[in-house]
Amino acid sequence: MNAAADLWSYLSATPLTWLTVTILAYLAADAAARALRNAPWANPVLFSVLLIAPVLWATETDYAAYFEGAQFIHFLLGPATVALALPLWDNRDMIKRSVAPILLALFVGSFVAAGSAILLARAFALPTEVILSLAPKSTTAPVALGVSEAVGGIPTLTAVLVILTGVIGAVTVTPLMNMLRISDWRARGFAVGVAAHGIGTARAFQVNEVAGAYAGIAMALNALLTSLIVPALVRWFM
Amino acid sequence: MKTMLPTLGLLLGCQLCGEVAARGLGLPIPGPVLGLVLMIAILRTWPAAAAQIRATVGVILANLSLMFVPAGVGVIGNLDVLADDWFALLVILTVSTLLAMCAAVTTFIGVSKLIGGPPE
Repeated sequence: MNAAADLWSYLSATPLTWLTVTILAYLAADAAARALRNAPWANPVLFSVLLIAPVLWATETDYAAYFEGAQFIHFLLGPATVALALPLWDNRDMIKRSVAPILLALFVGSFVAAGSAILLARAFALPTEVILSLAPKSTTAPVALGVSEAVGGIPTLTAVLVILTGVIGAVTVTPLMNMLRISDWRARGFAVGVAAHGIGTARAFQVNEVAGAYAGIAMALNALLTSLIVPALVRWFM
Repeated sequence: MKTMLPTLGLLLGCQLCGEVAARGLGLPIPGPVLGLVLMIAILRTWPAAAAQIRATVGVILANLSLMFVPAGVGVIGNLDVLADDWFALLVILTVSTLLAMCAAVTTFIGVSKLIGGPPE
């Protein structure tokens, strides 16, 4: 019993355990998503979290200890963002021909994403700092946290809202676009990238390479635009 | 995969330059996004680099969801920040995300038709 306790105190403290658990959970989640033919609701991020959370709960592991191991994967978000350059480069001729729809859809999408969140939150009479935390929800996490802090929101709340937005967008985009009978992969990808940042972009790459490239453009451009328009929208609507 | 390490070195190098530029110039853009722009400039200058990085980049982008798992797990532990507003927040996030996707896709398709390009 003592040996087992010693072993566990080693395992629970080493980053190796949680790094391994994260990768194994993702592999299982991804295999499940494939087995379900990438059904919209079979989201690998959501499935992985649902696999890992009970393990942390059962072993009474706090998030800081988990993140000691998981940070190595979290860190890859940076190089993965840079890696989006390749699909953009591959599709450069198509992208050059669609500069006008890209820029207008960016402005409209970004404006509606932030504006509708603020107005709906006001309709629900939410506290001011919650509304301010909600406004940048559609952009990539580092930008959203910075914007939230700048306008007087609560960054930890924004972090949660950003991830939830990503999962909601990734799960709803396929049924929504099918319902609207949109067959243009550029437009489908762009919409999910502007509304649901990287998690939406991951979904787009799962479905179609052109959709993924356009989601990547939308995410990158919206990172820029959100930091400019959210402070303005907040002044306007609050 | 002998191109893996050079590719990682290149991606990280671009990100590092992006971080330095973002911080040094006080730009409101994340370093990796500037790194992406730099990577495109590199591909413009040396188009042959595309073939070299393709294998590793393909693996990274095919598994983009993995990179969001640690942050996703963080949400579970922090769900209490939603407090009494959780129902309203879920409704708002869903409606607002659907509205933003509808608005973006309609604009994209509308402008594409207006300028008369063929649908792709």
